[in-house]
Amino acid sequence: MPIKTQGITPMTHLQDQQPEYTLPGEPGATVSSGPAAGNDDSTALCEQVARAHAERATLRIVGGDTKAFYGRRVDAAQSLSTTGHHGIVHYDPVELVATVRAGTRLRDLERTLADNGQRLAFEPPHFGANATVGGMVAAGLSGPRRPWVGAVRDFVLGVRVITFEGKHLRFGGEVMKNVAGYDLSRLMVGAQGTLGVLTEISFKVLPIPHAHACLRLELPLTEAFDRLTVWGREPLPITGAAHDGTALHVRLEGGEGSVSATRQRLGGESEDPLFWEQLREQRLPFFDGAFDTSTGRTLWRLSLPTLARTPALEGDWFIDWGGAQRWLRSSDEIDSEEKGPEQSGSESDTHIKEVAIAAGGHATRFTPNANGDSPFTPLTPVLDKYHRQLKQRLDPQAIFNPGRLYAEW
Amino acid sequence: MELLYDERIDGDIANVDKSALMAAVLAVAPQLTLLDREEDLRPFECDGLSAYRVLPMLVAMPTTLAEVEALMRVCYEHAVPVVTRGAGTGLSGGALPLEKGVLLVMSRFNKILSLDADARLARVQPGVRNLAISEAAAPFGLYYAPDPSSQIACSIGGNVAENAGGVHCLKYGLTVHNVLSVDIVTIEGERMTLGGESLDTPGFDLLALFMGSEGMLGVITEVTVRLLPKPEVAKVLMACFDDVELAGKAVGDIIAAGCIPGGLEMMDNLAIRAAEDFIHAGYPVEAQAILLCELDGVEADVRADCERVRDLLEAAGATQIQLARDDAERQLFWAGRKAAFPAVGRMSPDYYCIDGTIPRRELPRVLKGINDLSAHYGLRVANVFHAGDGNLHPLILFDANQSGELEATEALGGKILELCVEAGGTITGEHGVGREKLNQMCTQFAADEITLFHAVKSAFDERRLLNPGKNIPTLARCAEFGAMHVHHGELPHPELPRF
Repeated sequence: MPIKTQGITPMTHLQDQQPEYTLPGEPGATVSSGPAAGNDDSTALCEQVARAHAERATLRIVGGDTKAFYGRRVDAAQSLSTTGHHGIVHYDPVELVATVRAGTRLRDLERTLADNGQRLAFEPPHFGANATVGGMVAAGLSGPRRPWVGAVRDFVLGVRVITFEGKHLRFGGEVMKNVAGYDLSRLMVGAQGTLGVLTEISFKVLPIPHAHACLRLELPLTEAFDRLTVWGREPLPITGAAHDGTALHVRLEGGEGSVSATRQRLGGESEDPLFWEQLREQRLPFFDGAFDTSTGRTLWRLSLPTLARTPALEGDWFIDWGGAQRWLRSSDEIDSEEKGPEQSGSESDTHIKEVAIAAGGHATRFTPNANGDSPFTPLTPVLDKYHRQLKQRLDPQAIFNPGRLYAEW
Repeated sequence: MELLYDERIDGDIANVDKSALMAAVLAVAPQLTLLDREEDLRPFECDGLSAYRVLPMLVAMPTTLAEVEALMRVCYEHAVPVVTRGAGTGLSGGALPLEKGVLLVMSRFNKILSLDADARLARVQPGVRNLAISEAAAPFGLYYAPDPSSQIACSIGGNVAENAGGVHCLKYGLTVHNVLSVDIVTIEGERMTLGGESLDTPGFDLLALFMGSEGMLGVITEVTVRLLPKPEVAKVLMACFDDVELAGKAVGDIIAAGCIPGGLEMMDNLAIRAAEDFIHAGYPVEAQAILLCELDGVEADVRADCERVRDLLEAAGATQIQLARDDAERQLFWAGRKAAFPAVGRMSPDYYCIDGTIPRRELPRVLKGINDLSAHYGLRVANVFHAGDGNLHPLILFDANQSGELEATEALGGKILELCVEAGGTITGEHGVGREKLNQMCTQFAADEITLFHAVKSAFDERRLLNPGKNIPTLARCAEFGAMHVHHGELPHPELPRF
């Protein structure tokens, strides 16, 4: 069905006309902070993308480069760095919304929010001091609180994004509810820059609860699962549940009354809240050497239905997200020595991914391997077809992070 | 009428012989119910936006997945557009039929397939009613959180297609936050599952993309929703104000104090009087605004929060604060709010519901703008808001039998939406664009953004057969709409405040 597009006049775009609509001293004034001034580098970024588009040059999009391991290596003609595009554009604690440039350091944003008694409720992992807000959203990784409060995408209200032609567009906005047009903001979360360059993200932020408590209960995994199932059916203020092989760690956050009552009821001993930060950042002993390819032990993330039985895979397990995220230090290397180094990684990769699919989920390899395989579980043929078509439509010349998720696109 | 499909600016639609199409469909799906006689089509001529009616060429009412797949393949082959309909309660004309199209009615997909209380999820067919899920989950102490006001009638498939909200979304989220997976049949008749029982899936977040996509990308055939444990207690405070602006400011004060209420609703005087007259909820009819603030959770926390909120409301200038004495009174307070639309309907032959969302801080200014516009057009407007998340539902009272009133109402509605966009908001918070707000999309988005939406659409439906003419306007339509509204570079009604 052809669409007639002749005689189109440039349209007024009201969102672009408005000034920053809160001024200091007005009700709901924007909070300014140290890094808030920041720097708007979007013109240069758009120009670089437009040039790359004209020259058909591929781009590797980089923020703090802290999550390079999470995906295939991108061999591109140029790097496109977002770090010069930084600063908090709007932050109004009363609105529960913060709009931030992609190159802003995640820790700077978190500090500003904390100064106002608020936070990113999905507690994203940083994996390094230079982690940027844009990289965090592009990677789409959420921390231990995810099953109870939601993932990164659940808190993204709007984005600005540079398209393959170097156009700077805006989707979503700064309001909590918005169903105008397709939800391209959330589509960008976890797409790892393969659909466009994120330049600005608006988040819903939440107040830090009044009370919290961290508990450690020594009990075997099966019993931990049983208890979590019972607790899960009650409105308890649980915002973290992890099992390290010997003990169940539980975090409670909420009002004073519910936290203290639940703490009494669950029992166990108090624990340093640092545990949850170390788990989020993979700094617990379980994760030692995870990114060192020479240890011969691969770190896998299995995303499974919460109550799925532990898959029959050799290695050590660490359970997070109440069972929905399970870390495996696999020791399949014994097989690999017999099969020879070229095939080894792929063989056990395929096996682990198949087992995860059979258990109702998928597996992601966190330890890089030498032969450049995708760490992600392959898509079904129909899903693969629509992923390719979407990529083709939004990045027809495949200039953005080519091969980052899967080798073919 | 401007709102009906116009091939000149909405795109051509193939002329297909009805009998040939029916024969082709029945050849591959002999048991499929097809309706084609005018009296059988009549009940499907509109959805909740009943001012606009079109008889579809055919209505298909499948009962099996195989029938849906077969129908889609035949329609794809014959280039026949498919409009999918759930319960038909949508307020934006998203399920408005096309006279050259098939209306795919999913209401016979009405089974709850499984409910796993331990895993806290339910697998349901798309025609299952929203409230039926919570009712099925209730014996296990669980419920499905999003609760649009139409929840007794609307279906979960439609909820997904619209990313439906409700009065509890500030705390518990929209449909997008409460659905784990959907099964889709594509326009080419393929099956795919987006999302899963795990909390994420590899690749792009197509589940999020399909939420609120208004039947433009695929047909929903199954939905897995997340269930939540019912809060131990819920209490409702009703606060009265003699100034709407003070009530608006009080909303901000509650949020700023670190309190996230389960529901935070506001009604203005006209809406209060309408609801009180209809439901007798005990609302003070002389108040200029009331706030309903529901606090839920564990008993001890709720008690502390009630104290905190009461103090805030007093400080914010509430003239009267009332805590619902028991659950019956709490339900009564809500009944007035949930029945606000039909209540307003009793005051006027017709009413037209708007769905803009704004940053909460803009509430006083936008309210004043709505009042000025109301006076200018000589039409009364009753206001009910999901105040906690800035979602406004101004209801324009009019009489469609009075010549020109519908047109004036549409114009006023359009102006209110433009006000919302200018205030940094959006033209639709939860009702969807559908057919109704197609022109206002040209105000909210620039041509390049609309072009990108079309690119997304073409990745899933190259031939534009799924619900064409909804959700995303063509650039041709925007050009024409723009020409209509900006004459010689002058905005109409320059005397009105614009911000």
